[in-house]
Amino acid sequence: MVDTMPMTGTATDVVLRAKDCDMYYGSLKAVRDVSIDIPKNKITAFIGPSGCGKSTVLRCFNRLNDLIESFRLKGQMTYHGQDLYASDVDPVEVRRRIGILFQKPNPFPKSIYDNIAYGPRISGFKGDMDELVETSLRRAVLWDEVKDKLPESGFSLSGGQQQRLCIARTIAVQPEVLLMDEPCSALDPISTLKIEELMKELVQNYTIIIVTHNMEQATRVADYTGFYNAQVVEGAGGKVGYLAEFGETQKIFNDPTLEETKDYVTGRFG
Amino acid sequence: MGFALFILLLLVAIGLLILTQAWPAMQEFGLSFLWTSSWNPVEGRESFGVLPIIYGTLVSAAIALLIAVPLGLGTALFLSENFIPLKIRTVLVFMVELLAAIPSVVYGLWGIFVLIPALRWFFDLFGIFFTGPSMLAASLVLSIMILPIITAISRDSLAALPPELRQGSYGLGATRWGTIFRVLVPAAISGIVGGVMLALGRAMGETMAVTMLIGNANTISLSLLDPSNTIASLLANQFAEARGIQVAALMYAAFVLVILTLIVNILADWIVRKLQAKY
Repeated sequence: MVDTMPMTGTATDVVLRAKDCDMYYGSLKAVRDVSIDIPKNKITAFIGPSGCGKSTVLRCFNRLNDLIESFRLKGQMTYHGQDLYASDVDPVEVRRRIGILFQKPNPFPKSIYDNIAYGPRISGFKGDMDELVETSLRRAVLWDEVKDKLPESGFSLSGGQQQRLCIARTIAVQPEVLLMDEPCSALDPISTLKIEELMKELVQNYTIIIVTHNMEQATRVADYTGFYNAQVVEGAGGKVGYLAEFGETQKIFNDPTLEETKDYVTGRFG
Repeated sequence: MGFALFILLLLVAIGLLILTQAWPAMQEFGLSFLWTSSWNPVEGRESFGVLPIIYGTLVSAAIALLIAVPLGLGTALFLSENFIPLKIRTVLVFMVELLAAIPSVVYGLWGIFVLIPALRWFFDLFGIFFTGPSMLAASLVLSIMILPIITAISRDSLAALPPELRQGSYGLGATRWGTIFRVLVPAAISGIVGGVMLALGRAMGETMAVTMLIGNANTISLSLLDPSNTIASLLANQFAEARGIQVAALMYAAFVLVILTLIVNILADWIVRKLQAKY
Protein backbone atom coordinates (compact mmCIF):
# COMPACT_ATOMS: atom_id res chain seq x y z
CA MET A 1 0.00 0.00 0.00
CA VAL A 2 2.87 2.31 0.77
CA ASP A 3 3.87 2.62 -2.88
CA THR A 4 0.68 4.50 -3.61
CA MET A 5 2.18 7.44 -1.82
CA PRO A 6 3.86 9.71 -4.36
CA MET A 7 6.74 10.58 -2.08
CA THR A 8 8.24 7.18 -2.71
CA GLY A 9 8.73 8.01 -6.39
CA THR A 10 11.97 9.41 -7.71
CA ALA A 11 12.77 12.96 -6.70
CA THR A 12 12.05 14.36 -10.16
CA ASP A 13 8.47 13.21 -9.96
CA VAL A 14 7.72 15.69 -7.22
CA VAL A 15 7.00 19.15 -8.56
CA LEU A 16 5.82 20.92 -5.46
CA ARG A 17 6.52 20.01 -1.89
CA ALA A 18 5.25 21.52 1.32
CA LYS A 19 7.04 20.64 4.49
CA ASP A 20 5.64 21.35 7.96
CA CYS A 21 3.82 24.45 6.76
CA ASP A 22 1.82 26.62 9.13
CA MET A 23 -0.13 29.53 7.71
CA TYR A 24 -1.29 32.59 9.58
CA TYR A 25 -3.55 35.55 8.90
CA GLY A 26 -2.23 38.10 11.37
CA SER A 27 -2.01 36.29 14.68
CA LEU A 28 -4.65 33.78 13.66
CA LYS A 29 -3.33 30.39 12.73
CA ALA A 30 -5.38 29.25 9.75
CA VAL A 31 -3.64 26.05 8.71
CA ARG A 32 -1.18 23.84 10.55
CA ASP A 33 1.33 21.12 9.79
CA VAL A 34 0.82 20.71 6.08
CA SER A 35 3.30 18.36 4.47
CA ILE A 36 2.49 17.20 0.97
CA ASP A 37 4.22 16.17 -2.23
CA ILE A 38 2.55 17.06 -5.51
CA PRO A 39 3.41 14.53 -8.24
CA LYS A 40 4.24 15.63 -11.75
CA ASN A 41 1.68 15.31 -14.55
CA LYS A 42 -1.04 14.20 -12.21
CA ILE A 43 -4.21 15.82 -10.99
CA THR A 44 -4.23 16.29 -7.25
CA ALA A 45 -7.50 17.28 -5.61
CA PHE A 46 -7.90 19.08 -2.30
CA ILE A 47 -11.22 18.34 -0.65
CA GLY A 48 -12.66 19.14 2.74
CA PRO A 49 -15.29 21.21 4.52
CA SER A 50 -15.41 25.01 4.18
CA GLY A 51 -12.80 26.97 6.07
CA CYS A 52 -10.30 24.16 6.36
CA GLY A 53 -7.58 26.00 4.46
CA LYS A 54 -7.58 24.20 1.09
CA SER A 55 -7.52 27.46 -0.87
CA THR A 56 -4.99 29.01 1.46
CA VAL A 57 -2.60 26.13 0.86
CA LEU A 58 -3.25 26.27 -2.88
CA ARG A 59 -2.49 29.96 -3.08
CA CYS A 60 0.71 29.51 -1.15
CA PHE A 61 2.10 27.41 -3.99
CA ASN A 62 2.34 30.42 -6.30
CA ARG A 63 2.79 33.02 -3.60
CA LEU A 64 -0.52 34.68 -4.30
CA ASN A 65 -1.03 35.04 -0.57
CA ASP A 66 1.81 37.57 -0.66
CA LEU A 67 -0.86 40.04 -1.73
CA ILE A 68 -2.54 39.73 1.64
CA GLU A 69 -0.66 41.99 3.97
CA SER A 70 -1.27 40.05 7.17
CA PHE A 71 -0.43 36.64 5.70
CA ARG A 72 2.55 34.67 6.99
CA LEU A 73 3.91 31.26 6.13
CA LYS A 74 6.03 29.15 8.45
CA GLY A 75 7.70 26.09 7.06
CA GLN A 76 9.12 25.24 3.68
CA MET A 77 7.62 25.10 0.23
CA THR A 78 9.74 23.92 -2.63
CA TYR A 79 9.35 23.80 -6.38
CA HIS A 80 11.69 21.24 -7.93
CA GLY A 81 13.71 21.45 -4.73
CA GLN A 82 14.02 25.22 -4.90
CA ASP A 83 12.67 27.08 -1.87
CA LEU A 84 9.74 29.15 -3.17
CA TYR A 85 10.00 31.63 -0.35
CA ALA A 86 13.75 32.17 -0.46
CA SER A 87 14.67 35.84 -0.41
CA ASP A 88 16.16 35.76 -3.91
CA VAL A 89 13.06 34.24 -5.50
CA ASP A 90 10.95 36.66 -7.49
CA PRO A 91 7.25 35.96 -6.85
CA VAL A 92 6.46 37.29 -10.33
CA GLU A 93 8.62 34.55 -11.82
CA VAL A 94 7.00 31.94 -9.55
CA ARG A 95 3.54 32.91 -10.78
CA ARG A 96 4.64 32.61 -14.40
CA ARG A 97 5.59 29.00 -13.84
CA ILE A 98 2.72 28.17 -11.54
CA GLY A 99 -0.48 29.55 -13.01
CA ILE A 100 -3.77 29.86 -11.19
CA LEU A 101 -7.43 29.67 -12.11
CA PHE A 102 -10.10 31.12 -9.86
CA GLN A 103 -13.55 30.16 -8.71
CA LYS A 104 -15.27 32.90 -10.67
CA PRO A 105 -14.19 33.33 -14.29
CA ASN A 106 -12.30 36.62 -14.31
CA PRO A 107 -11.51 37.66 -17.87
CA PHE A 108 -9.92 41.09 -18.19
CA PRO A 109 -12.07 43.83 -19.70
CA LYS A 110 -10.24 43.35 -22.97
CA SER A 111 -10.87 41.57 -26.22
CA ILE A 112 -10.69 37.76 -26.32
CA TYR A 113 -7.41 38.03 -28.20
CA ASP A 114 -5.89 40.51 -25.75
CA ASN A 115 -6.99 38.40 -22.80
CA ILE A 116 -4.74 35.62 -24.08
CA ALA A 117 -1.97 37.90 -25.29
CA TYR A 118 -1.75 39.80 -22.00
CA GLY A 119 0.36 37.25 -20.12
CA PRO A 120 2.88 36.57 -22.91
CA ARG A 121 3.21 40.30 -23.59
CA ILE A 122 4.09 41.20 -20.02
CA SER A 123 6.60 38.38 -19.83
CA GLY A 124 8.29 39.64 -22.97
CA PHE A 125 7.19 36.97 -25.44
CA LYS A 126 8.79 37.56 -28.81
CA GLY A 127 7.27 35.15 -31.24
CA ASP A 128 4.20 34.75 -33.35
CA MET A 129 1.50 36.03 -31.04
CA ASP A 130 -1.34 35.01 -33.35
CA GLU A 131 -0.08 31.48 -33.31
CA LEU A 132 0.32 31.43 -29.54
CA VAL A 133 -3.21 32.75 -29.08
CA GLU A 134 -4.54 30.08 -31.40
CA THR A 135 -2.67 27.20 -29.75
CA SER A 136 -3.68 28.36 -26.30
CA LEU A 137 -7.32 28.60 -27.32
CA ARG A 138 -7.15 25.23 -29.05
CA ARG A 139 -5.68 23.60 -25.97
CA ALA A 140 -8.47 25.07 -23.91
CA VAL A 141 -10.93 23.66 -26.49
CA LEU A 142 -12.35 27.09 -27.09
CA TRP A 143 -10.91 27.93 -30.49
CA ASP A 144 -13.83 26.74 -32.60
CA GLU A 145 -16.27 28.74 -30.52
CA VAL A 146 -14.39 32.03 -30.61
CA LYS A 147 -12.20 32.04 -33.71
CA ASP A 148 -14.57 34.40 -35.52
CA LYS A 149 -14.89 36.88 -32.70
CA LEU A 150 -11.42 37.35 -31.29
CA PRO A 151 -11.75 41.16 -31.18
CA GLU A 152 -14.90 40.97 -29.08
CA SER A 153 -14.89 41.52 -25.35
CA GLY A 154 -14.10 38.55 -23.11
CA PHE A 155 -17.32 39.31 -21.27
CA SER A 156 -19.39 38.47 -24.34
CA LEU A 157 -18.77 34.77 -23.65
CA SER A 158 -20.86 32.49 -21.45
CA GLY A 159 -19.63 31.58 -17.96
CA GLY A 160 -18.19 28.25 -19.05
CA GLN A 161 -16.51 29.80 -22.06
CA GLN A 162 -15.11 32.55 -19.87
CA GLN A 163 -13.60 29.96 -17.57
CA ARG A 164 -12.02 28.17 -20.54
CA LEU A 165 -10.79 31.57 -21.74
CA CYS A 166 -9.12 31.97 -18.36
CA ILE A 167 -7.55 28.53 -18.75
CA ALA A 168 -6.28 29.49 -22.20
CA ARG A 169 -4.95 32.72 -20.77
CA THR A 170 -3.07 30.82 -18.08
CA ILE A 171 -1.71 28.27 -20.54
CA ALA A 172 -0.46 31.03 -22.84
CA VAL A 173 2.22 31.94 -20.30
CA GLN A 174 3.40 28.31 -20.57
CA PRO A 175 3.43 27.43 -16.90
CA GLU A 176 4.32 24.00 -15.60
CA VAL A 177 1.71 23.82 -12.89
CA LEU A 178 -1.95 24.83 -12.95
CA LEU A 179 -3.60 25.64 -9.66
CA MET A 180 -7.38 25.58 -9.81
CA ASP A 181 -9.42 27.07 -7.01
CA GLU A 182 -12.91 25.56 -7.33
CA PRO A 183 -12.90 26.27 -11.06
CA CYS A 184 -16.35 24.83 -11.69
CA SER A 185 -18.36 25.99 -8.71
CA ALA A 186 -19.84 28.90 -10.67
CA LEU A 187 -20.60 26.83 -13.75
CA ASP A 188 -23.49 24.69 -14.99
CA PRO A 189 -23.06 20.88 -15.20
CA ILE A 190 -22.32 20.83 -18.93
CA SER A 191 -19.62 23.49 -18.68
CA THR A 192 -18.27 21.64 -15.66
CA LEU A 193 -17.95 18.42 -17.66
CA LYS A 194 -16.18 20.29 -20.44
CA ILE A 195 -13.68 21.72 -17.99
CA GLU A 196 -13.12 18.29 -16.48
CA GLU A 197 -12.47 16.74 -19.87
CA LEU A 198 -10.11 19.58 -20.57
CA MET A 199 -8.26 18.93 -17.32
CA LYS A 200 -7.72 15.30 -18.29
CA GLU A 201 -6.18 16.44 -21.55
CA LEU A 202 -4.06 19.13 -20.00
CA VAL A 203 -2.61 16.84 -17.39
CA GLN A 204 -0.44 15.21 -20.03
CA ASN A 205 1.56 18.43 -20.16
CA TYR A 206 0.84 20.05 -16.85
CA THR A 207 0.70 19.28 -13.19
CA ILE A 208 -2.71 20.22 -11.83
CA ILE A 209 -3.91 20.88 -8.32
CA ILE A 210 -7.62 21.45 -7.92
CA VAL A 211 -9.55 22.59 -4.89
CA THR A 212 -13.11 21.34 -5.05
CA HIS A 213 -16.19 21.10 -2.89
CA ASN A 214 -17.65 18.58 -5.24
CA MET A 215 -16.58 15.09 -4.19
CA GLU A 216 -17.82 13.47 -7.40
CA GLN A 217 -15.58 15.84 -9.26
CA ALA A 218 -12.59 14.72 -7.24
CA THR A 219 -13.36 11.06 -7.97
CA ARG A 220 -13.88 11.83 -11.66
CA VAL A 221 -10.70 13.75 -12.33
CA ALA A 222 -8.14 13.37 -9.58
CA ASP A 223 -5.32 10.85 -9.41
CA TYR A 224 -4.51 11.85 -5.85
CA THR A 225 -6.67 13.42 -3.22
CA GLY A 226 -5.82 15.32 -0.07
CA PHE A 227 -8.51 15.57 2.57
CA TYR A 228 -8.35 18.70 4.72
CA ASN A 229 -10.26 19.06 7.92
CA ALA A 230 -10.69 21.80 10.47
CA GLN A 231 -10.49 21.60 14.20
CA VAL A 232 -11.79 24.06 16.76
CA VAL A 233 -9.02 25.74 18.66
CA GLU A 234 -9.49 25.77 22.42
CA GLY A 235 -9.95 29.27 23.76
CA ALA A 236 -9.18 31.19 20.57
CA GLY A 237 -12.69 30.65 19.23
CA GLY A 238 -11.41 30.03 15.72
CA LYS A 239 -10.70 26.97 13.64
CA VAL A 240 -7.44 25.70 12.31
CA GLY A 241 -7.24 23.60 9.18
CA TYR A 242 -4.92 20.68 8.60
CA LEU A 243 -4.22 18.05 6.00
CA ALA A 244 -5.86 14.97 7.45
CA GLU A 245 -5.08 12.38 4.83
CA PHE A 246 -3.45 12.23 1.44
CA GLY A 247 -3.22 9.41 -1.04
CA GLU A 248 -4.55 7.93 -4.23
CA THR A 249 -8.08 9.05 -4.91
CA GLN A 250 -9.26 5.45 -5.04
CA LYS A 251 -7.98 4.79 -1.57
CA ILE A 252 -9.21 8.05 -0.04
CA PHE A 253 -12.73 7.41 -1.23
CA ASN A 254 -12.97 3.64 -0.84
CA ASP A 255 -10.65 2.72 1.94
CA PRO A 256 -9.58 5.76 3.95
CA THR A 257 -7.31 5.25 6.91
CA LEU A 258 -8.99 7.80 9.14
CA GLU A 259 -12.50 7.75 10.48
CA GLU A 260 -12.94 11.49 9.78
CA THR A 261 -12.06 11.01 6.12
CA LYS A 262 -14.55 8.22 5.87
CA ASP A 263 -17.24 10.36 7.48
CA TYR A 264 -16.59 13.17 5.05
CA VAL A 265 -16.42 11.17 1.81
CA THR A 266 -19.54 9.25 2.71
CA GLY A 267 -21.31 12.53 3.30
CA ARG A 268 -21.76 12.23 7.02
CA PHE A 269 -20.57 15.81 7.63
CA GLY A 270 -19.26 18.85 5.78
CA MET B 1 -40.59 60.87 -9.72
CA GLY B 2 -42.24 64.15 -8.79
CA PHE B 3 -38.99 65.48 -7.43
CA ALA B 4 -37.11 64.50 -10.58
CA LEU B 5 -39.67 66.38 -12.64
CA PHE B 6 -39.29 69.36 -10.36
CA ILE B 7 -35.53 69.40 -10.96
CA LEU B 8 -36.12 69.23 -14.67
CA LEU B 9 -38.55 72.15 -14.48
CA LEU B 10 -36.08 74.12 -12.39
CA LEU B 11 -33.39 73.57 -14.98
CA VAL B 12 -35.69 74.68 -17.79
CA ALA B 13 -36.75 77.73 -15.78
CA ILE B 14 -33.15 78.79 -15.18
CA GLY B 15 -32.34 78.31 -18.85
CA LEU B 16 -35.38 80.32 -19.92
CA LEU B 17 -34.57 83.12 -17.49
CA ILE B 18 -31.02 83.44 -18.78
CA LEU B 19 -32.24 83.28 -22.33
CA THR B 20 -34.92 86.01 -21.91
CA GLN B 21 -32.55 88.28 -20.05
CA ALA B 22 -29.86 87.75 -22.67
CA TRP B 23 -32.27 88.27 -25.56
CA PRO B 24 -31.64 92.06 -26.07
CA ALA B 25 -27.90 91.43 -26.33
CA MET B 26 -28.42 88.50 -28.67
CA GLN B 27 -30.47 90.71 -30.99
CA GLU B 28 -27.95 93.54 -30.75
CA PHE B 29 -24.71 91.60 -31.24
CA GLY B 30 -25.78 88.31 -32.75
CA LEU B 31 -23.25 85.50 -32.99
CA SER B 32 -20.39 87.97 -33.56
CA PHE B 33 -20.53 88.33 -29.76
CA LEU B 34 -18.56 85.11 -29.70
CA TRP B 35 -15.60 86.31 -31.75
CA THR B 36 -15.24 90.00 -31.01
CA SER B 37 -12.93 91.23 -28.31
CA SER B 38 -14.17 94.62 -27.13
CA TRP B 39 -15.90 94.96 -23.82
CA ASN B 40 -17.05 98.55 -23.51
CA PRO B 41 -19.88 99.28 -21.10
CA VAL B 42 -19.67 103.13 -21.46
CA GLU B 43 -23.16 104.46 -22.16
CA GLY B 44 -23.75 105.38 -25.76
CA ARG B 45 -20.66 103.50 -26.96
CA GLU B 46 -21.49 100.01 -25.75
CA SER B 47 -19.94 97.10 -27.56
CA PHE B 48 -19.50 93.64 -26.15
CA GLY B 49 -17.64 90.54 -27.27
CA VAL B 50 -16.42 87.57 -25.29
CA LEU B 51 -13.69 85.98 -27.38
CA PRO B 52 -10.86 86.73 -24.90
CA ILE B 53 -13.06 85.56 -22.07
CA ILE B 54 -13.96 82.28 -23.73
CA TYR B 55 -10.25 81.86 -24.42
CA GLY B 56 -9.43 82.54 -20.78
CA THR B 57 -12.11 80.13 -19.58
CA LEU B 58 -10.95 77.29 -21.80
CA VAL B 59 -7.21 77.84 -21.32
CA SER B 60 -7.35 78.14 -17.54
CA ALA B 61 -9.47 75.00 -17.33
CA ALA B 62 -7.18 73.15 -19.74
CA ILE B 63 -4.02 74.04 -17.81
CA ALA B 64 -5.69 73.07 -14.55
CA LEU B 65 -6.58 69.69 -16.06
CA LEU B 66 -3.10 69.24 -17.46
CA ILE B 67 -1.68 69.54 -13.96
CA ALA B 68 -4.46 67.85 -12.01
CA VAL B 69 -5.04 64.76 -14.16
CA PRO B 70 -1.63 63.11 -13.78
CA LEU B 71 -1.38 64.23 -10.17
CA GLY B 72 -4.91 63.15 -9.32
CA LEU B 73 -4.67 59.81 -11.08
CA GLY B 74 -1.30 59.15 -9.46
CA THR B 75 -2.74 59.95 -6.06
CA ALA B 76 -5.73 57.73 -6.74
CA LEU B 77 -3.48 54.80 -7.67
CA PHE B 78 -1.29 55.38 -4.65
CA LEU B 79 -4.32 55.40 -2.41
CA SER B 80 -6.14 52.44 -3.94
CA GLU B 81 -3.22 50.01 -4.17
CA ASN B 82 -1.33 48.64 -1.20
CA PHE B 83 1.73 50.87 -1.43
CA ILE B 84 1.29 52.01 2.14
CA PRO B 85 -0.45 50.52 5.18
CA LEU B 86 -4.21 50.80 5.20
CA LYS B 87 -4.30 53.05 8.27
CA ILE B 88 -2.19 55.75 6.68
CA ARG B 89 -4.15 55.39 3.44
CA THR B 90 -7.46 56.01 5.17
CA VAL B 91 -6.11 59.21 6.70
CA LEU B 92 -4.74 60.39 3.35
CA VAL B 93 -8.01 59.67 1.55
CA PHE B 94 -9.81 61.71 4.16
CA MET B 95 -7.37 64.58 3.72
CA VAL B 96 -7.71 64.60 -0.05
CA GLU B 97 -11.46 64.74 0.32
CA LEU B 98 -11.02 67.57 2.80
CA LEU B 99 -9.40 69.58 0.00
CA ALA B 100 -12.80 69.66 -1.66
CA ALA B 101 -14.37 71.13 1.44
CA ILE B 102 -12.20 74.26 1.56
CA PRO B 103 -14.27 77.28 0.49
CA SER B 104 -13.37 78.84 -2.82
CA VAL B 105 -12.63 82.24 -1.28
CA VAL B 106 -10.07 80.65 1.03
CA TYR B 107 -8.29 79.21 -2.00
CA GLY B 108 -8.34 82.74 -3.45
CA LEU B 109 -6.79 84.22 -0.33
CA TRP B 110 -4.19 81.47 -0.23
CA GLY B 111 -3.38 82.28 -3.84
CA ILE B 112 -2.95 85.97 -3.10
CA PHE B 113 -0.91 85.61 0.08
CA VAL B 114 1.06 82.43 -0.53
CA LEU B 115 1.11 81.31 -4.14
CA ILE B 116 1.62 84.66 -5.85
CA PRO B 117 4.51 85.74 -3.58
CA ALA B 118 6.07 82.32 -4.07
CA LEU B 119 5.73 82.54 -7.84
CA ARG B 120 7.13 86.07 -7.79
CA TRP B 121 10.16 84.88 -5.84
CA PHE B 122 10.60 81.98 -8.26
CA PHE B 123 10.45 84.11 -11.41
CA ASP B 124 12.75 86.72 -9.81
CA LEU B 125 15.44 84.03 -9.79
CA PHE B 126 15.37 84.10 -13.58
CA GLY B 127 15.00 87.87 -13.75
CA ILE B 128 11.45 87.60 -15.08
CA PHE B 129 8.96 90.21 -13.96
CA PHE B 130 5.83 88.61 -12.54
CA THR B 131 2.86 90.89 -11.97
CA GLY B 132 0.91 88.60 -9.67
CA PRO B 133 -2.67 88.05 -10.73
CA SER B 134 -2.38 86.04 -13.89
CA MET B 135 -3.51 83.03 -15.88
CA LEU B 136 -0.76 80.97 -14.25
CA ALA B 137 -1.76 81.78 -10.67
CA ALA B 138 -5.44 81.13 -11.39
CA SER B 139 -4.76 77.86 -13.22
CA LEU B 140 -2.50 76.54 -10.46
CA VAL B 141 -5.10 77.20 -7.79
CA LEU B 142 -7.80 75.76 -10.05
CA SER B 143 -5.75 72.59 -10.44
CA ILE B 144 -5.57 72.18 -6.67
CA MET B 145 -9.29 72.76 -6.41
CA ILE B 146 -10.21 70.09 -8.95
CA LEU B 147 -7.61 67.61 -7.70
CA PRO B 148 -9.89 66.06 -5.05
CA ILE B 149 -12.64 65.50 -7.63
CA ILE B 150 -10.32 63.59 -9.94
CA THR B 151 -8.65 61.72 -7.09
CA ALA B 152 -11.84 60.75 -5.30
CA ILE B 153 -13.71 59.55 -8.38
CA SER B 154 -10.71 57.73 -9.87
CA ARG B 155 -9.95 56.09 -6.55
CA ASP B 156 -13.54 54.98 -6.14
CA SER B 157 -13.66 53.44 -9.59
CA LEU B 158 -10.30 51.72 -9.04
CA ALA B 159 -11.35 50.44 -5.63
CA ALA B 160 -14.63 49.18 -7.09
CA LEU B 161 -12.82 46.84 -9.48
CA PRO B 162 -13.34 43.20 -8.54
CA PRO B 163 -10.31 41.81 -6.67
CA GLU B 164 -10.35 38.90 -9.14
CA LEU B 165 -8.95 41.22 -11.82
CA ARG B 166 -5.95 42.06 -9.69
CA GLN B 167 -5.42 38.43 -8.68
CA GLY B 168 -5.87 37.28 -12.26
CA SER B 169 -3.19 39.61 -13.45
CA TYR B 170 -0.76 38.79 -10.64
CA GLY B 171 -1.54 35.13 -11.16
CA LEU B 172 -0.27 35.39 -14.73
CA GLY B 173 3.02 36.71 -13.48
CA ALA B 174 2.38 40.40 -13.94
CA THR B 175 4.30 42.93 -11.89
CA ARG B 176 2.47 45.51 -9.83
CA TRP B 177 3.00 48.25 -12.42
CA GLY B 178 2.05 45.97 -15.27
CA THR B 179 -1.15 45.16 -13.43
CA ILE B 180 -1.88 48.80 -12.73
CA PHE B 181 -1.31 50.18 -16.20
CA ARG B 182 -2.48 47.29 -18.34
CA VAL B 183 -5.40 45.96 -16.36
CA LEU B 184 -6.61 48.23 -13.59
CA VAL B 185 -6.49 51.64 -15.29
CA PRO B 186 -8.05 50.37 -18.54
CA ALA B 187 -10.76 48.62 -16.54
CA ALA B 188 -11.56 51.76 -14.56
CA ILE B 189 -11.13 54.15 -17.46
CA SER B 190 -14.78 55.11 -17.83
CA GLY B 191 -14.96 56.18 -14.19
CA ILE B 192 -11.67 58.03 -14.45
CA VAL B 193 -12.74 59.91 -17.57
CA GLY B 194 -16.05 60.72 -15.92
CA GLY B 195 -14.19 62.23 -12.98
CA VAL B 196 -11.93 64.24 -15.25
CA MET B 197 -14.90 65.64 -17.14
CA LEU B 198 -16.66 66.56 -13.92
CA ALA B 199 -13.49 68.35 -12.87
CA LEU B 200 -13.37 70.16 -16.20
CA GLY B 201 -16.91 71.40 -15.68
CA ARG B 202 -15.98 72.59 -12.22
CA ALA B 203 -12.85 74.33 -13.51
CA MET B 204 -14.78 76.19 -16.18
CA GLY B 205 -17.44 77.38 -13.78
CA GLU B 206 -15.25 78.15 -10.76
CA THR B 207 -15.76 81.78 -9.81
CA MET B 208 -14.46 83.22 -6.56
CA ALA B 209 -10.89 81.96 -6.42
CA VAL B 210 -10.38 82.63 -10.11
CA THR B 211 -11.79 86.15 -9.87
CA MET B 212 -9.33 86.89 -7.08
CA LEU B 213 -6.34 85.58 -9.00
CA ILE B 214 -6.77 85.94 -12.73
CA GLY B 215 -6.45 89.71 -13.03
CA ASN B 216 -9.70 90.24 -14.95
CA ALA B 217 -8.20 91.62 -18.14
CA ASN B 218 -10.29 91.12 -21.26
CA THR B 219 -7.35 90.51 -23.54
CA ILE B 220 -5.89 87.47 -25.20
CA SER B 221 -2.26 86.96 -24.30
CA LEU B 222 -0.27 83.87 -25.04
CA SER B 223 1.89 84.45 -21.98
CA LEU B 224 0.57 82.63 -18.95
CA LEU B 225 2.14 85.31 -16.77
CA ASP B 226 -0.32 87.93 -18.05
CA PRO B 227 -3.71 88.59 -16.54
CA SER B 228 -6.73 87.12 -18.27
CA ASN B 229 -10.40 86.59 -17.53
CA THR B 230 -13.02 83.86 -17.45
CA ILE B 231 -16.76 84.03 -18.02
CA ALA B 232 -17.54 83.22 -14.41
CA SER B 233 -15.24 85.90 -13.02
CA LEU B 234 -16.46 88.43 -15.59
CA LEU B 235 -19.98 87.91 -14.29
CA ALA B 236 -18.89 88.10 -10.66
CA ASN B 237 -16.98 91.31 -11.26
CA GLN B 238 -19.47 93.25 -13.33
CA PHE B 239 -22.91 92.13 -12.40
CA ALA B 240 -23.36 94.38 -9.37
CA GLU B 241 -22.81 97.58 -11.34
CA ALA B 242 -24.21 96.58 -14.71
CA ARG B 243 -27.18 98.34 -16.26
CA GLY B 244 -29.25 98.09 -19.41
CA ILE B 245 -27.64 96.32 -22.33
CA GLN B 246 -24.60 95.36 -20.21
CA VAL B 247 -26.82 93.13 -18.08
CA ALA B 248 -28.06 91.50 -21.26
CA ALA B 249 -24.48 91.08 -22.48
CA LEU B 250 -23.49 89.45 -19.20
CA MET B 251 -26.51 87.15 -19.44
CA TYR B 252 -25.45 86.29 -22.95
CA ALA B 253 -21.99 85.42 -21.59
CA ALA B 254 -23.64 83.31 -18.89
CA PHE B 255 -25.60 81.53 -21.58
CA VAL B 256 -22.37 80.81 -23.44
CA LEU B 257 -20.91 79.33 -20.26
CA VAL B 258 -23.96 77.12 -19.76
CA ILE B 259 -23.66 75.89 -23.33
CA LEU B 260 -19.93 75.23 -22.90
CA THR B 261 -20.47 73.16 -19.76
CA LEU B 262 -23.33 71.37 -21.44
CA ILE B 263 -21.04 70.46 -24.33
CA VAL B 264 -18.43 69.19 -21.87
CA ASN B 265 -21.01 67.05 -20.12
CA ILE B 266 -22.42 65.60 -23.31
CA LEU B 267 -18.90 64.92 -24.51
CA ALA B 268 -18.10 63.22 -21.21
CA ASP B 269 -21.17 61.07 -21.43
CA TRP B 270 -20.32 60.13 -25.00
CA ILE B 271 -16.71 59.24 -24.17
CA VAL B 272 -17.74 57.17 -21.14
CA ARG B 273 -20.31 55.28 -23.22
CA LYS B 274 -17.80 54.72 -25.97
CA LEU B 275 -15.24 53.35 -23.52
CA GLN B 276 -17.76 51.17 -21.75
CA ALA B 277 -18.91 49.70 -25.04
CA LYS B 278 -15.34 48.88 -25.90
CA TYR B 279 -14.74 46.80 -22.79
